[in-house]
Amino acid sequence: MRDNTQTPEAQVAQKSKISATGVQVHYGDTHAIKDVNVEIEDKTVTAFIGPSGCGKSTFLRCINRMNDTIDICRVQGKILLDGEDIYDPKVDPVQLRAKVGMVFQKPNPFPKSIYDNVAYGPRIHGLARNKAELDEIVERALRRGAIWDEVKDRLAAPGTGLSGGQQQRLCIARAVATEPEVLLMDEPCSALDPIATAQVEELIDELRQNYSVVIVTHSMQQAARVSQRTAFFHLGNLVEFGDTDKIFTTPEDPRTESYITGRIG
Amino acid sequence: MTQTSLLKQDARTARRNRAEARFKAYGLIAIGIGVLMLVILLGTIFSRGAGAFQQTYLTLDVTLDAAKLDKKGKRDIEDIKKVSTFGYAPLLNDAFAQLVDSGAASSDLKPKEMSGLLSKGAEARMRDAVLDDPDLIGQTVSFDFLASGRVDGYLKDRVTRDSIANDKNISVEQLDLVDQLRAAGLLKKKFNLAFITGADSSDARPEAAGMGVSMVGSLFMMLVVLALALPIGVAASIYLEEFAPENWITDIIEVNISNLAAVPSIVFGILGLAVFINYMHLPNSAPLVGGLVLTLMTLPTIIISTRASLKAVPPSIRDAALGVGASKMQSVFHHVLPLAAPGILTGTIIGLAQALGETAPLLLIGMVGFIASNGPESISEGLLNPNSAMPAQIYEWAKRADPAFYERAWGGIIILLVFLIGMNAIAVLLRRRFERRW
Repeated sequence: MRDNTQTPEAQVAQKSKISATGVQVHYGDTHAIKDVNVEIEDKTVTAFIGPSGCGKSTFLRCINRMNDTIDICRVQGKILLDGEDIYDPKVDPVQLRAKVGMVFQKPNPFPKSIYDNVAYGPRIHGLARNKAELDEIVERALRRGAIWDEVKDRLAAPGTGLSGGQQQRLCIARAVATEPEVLLMDEPCSALDPIATAQVEELIDELRQNYSVVIVTHSMQQAARVSQRTAFFHLGNLVEFGDTDKIFTTPEDPRTESYITGRIG
Repeated sequence: MTQTSLLKQDARTARRNRAEARFKAYGLIAIGIGVLMLVILLGTIFSRGAGAFQQTYLTLDVTLDAAKLDKKGKRDIEDIKKVSTFGYAPLLNDAFAQLVDSGAASSDLKPKEMSGLLSKGAEARMRDAVLDDPDLIGQTVSFDFLASGRVDGYLKDRVTRDSIANDKNISVEQLDLVDQLRAAGLLKKKFNLAFITGADSSDARPEAAGMGVSMVGSLFMMLVVLALALPIGVAASIYLEEFAPENWITDIIEVNISNLAAVPSIVFGILGLAVFINYMHLPNSAPLVGGLVLTLMTLPTIIISTRASLKAVPPSIRDAALGVGASKMQSVFHHVLPLAAPGILTGTIIGLAQALGETAPLLLIGMVGFIASNGPESISEGLLNPNSAMPAQIYEWAKRADPAFYERAWGGIIILLVFLIGMNAIAVLLRRRFERRW
């Protein structure tokens, strides 16, 4: 329901879920991210592409403050989530991470049962009042992770016993179980075979109905397939950011063109 | 270029293969030496120590004469208690005299000399039996008495007729009697439970000495070590590994912990003497103090192994927990610690085993107490009363002059080794049982 009386800027601001301005990241002496400005929209898939070491994963990890765990990492600039600065000293990163879920490059299920993997988040956030509610949350999350049918008969089996693709979908289910508003995915398919990749991509497309998804990928085809918006990073700079169709057909920057045509990277 | 055949080795390959074969031979020789040493070590320990688990007993029928034990005839326990062990000595002499009269043995020795075959604790053994059950008075009871250390040595070939030429404790005539009693089946070697459960004894009675009380001392020390070193060590490791900022203070602490692990244990002993006994006035020779000293010694071992096992937990598990919104502490306690637990347990058990075998610091805090009584009766007594510990007890026995104690020292080593091997086996089993893969 858009209010048409608002100014165009206000409309953008309302649609924007995450707004980063002037973000700088230093790892010790290395300047990893240089003055990046990005608007990430709600209920959209945004892809970060770029050659290895260009800072796309680093920037992704800024959005849920996972970089806080690295002692030598310093983040400057502003990242607003729904208009609130997530680097404000009053913000507890733990609370933030409940809102901004994350899926990692390598599937990393806990060495516990499938059920406990998914139930862990809801448990620590107190999302379920009783066992029945928790069961419901787990089932819903596993269905959203498109893995329910494969594991419903063996919820007590260890999550580490699943295949790579299943593990990654389990991790996605685990991430959505806490009902985040934004889902960050750091090269979620890099350890998967093409069939598992296709399943995960399909899943990302479905997740778009409810979440704002940010995905870092090395595969330009993947970015083209799943995303609506694409950001191209190069050497710590955000070179180009726009609609995926436009980036892949008529890039404005020569570096973007070189990369997507395979000449650099 | 000459044609080379793969069927024939060239000089270079042949040389390399020879070098490899030589290296393998060196390795085998090294392992062979190691195994040989181990076999010699264990062989010596078991051949010398096994004797301590068997003891010579003499079965003797003693008439508990009412006229001597309870003159008033009222069977009043207070009256019976008034008869000291000296009062029982004549009974023993009578029993030997009877033995000769009955023709089971013949000897020119006086009855008193014959009772010299028995341990000096024989009278006390009878008195205890009578005090336990005063109804025995007036009856003829068959007792299994400990034979004296010399007689025991004779049955174990430690004492020979030649070696006792200058020995005032036993004579050739007594050995003749021993031979007769042995032939009659009255004098036998039997399994000696008292060696495992009993207390230490005075120099005159090596046959009665046991490890039991020092084992209890060791047990209480281990309890103190476990109760202090495990929580402190694990808490310190978790903080250093998961929470501590990376700066020079942390670095200094880390280096010093590694150094502490290499400090000679006697240094911890003198520290314990200065701080716990002289400054804090904790009781001398108490397992509490021993435990505190060994805690200091075990802490670095536990911290180092705990940190290693925390480090071995893949960072992806921490990321996963943080990623679903767990706090740092939740990620550590829900995920990292359970995965590191087998390693922590293994390290702790190995640290405890090390502490169990430690002697030097115990000598300095006086934990070589001679405890001839039985074990402590309560936990506080166990912690605060003077006691010894297994390795200190072994050291004590090895120092004494009588070779009978020497045998017990070897036997003590066997018991200590059984404990150590048992603890290490538990560590291995725990590791196997709880090891997880990811």
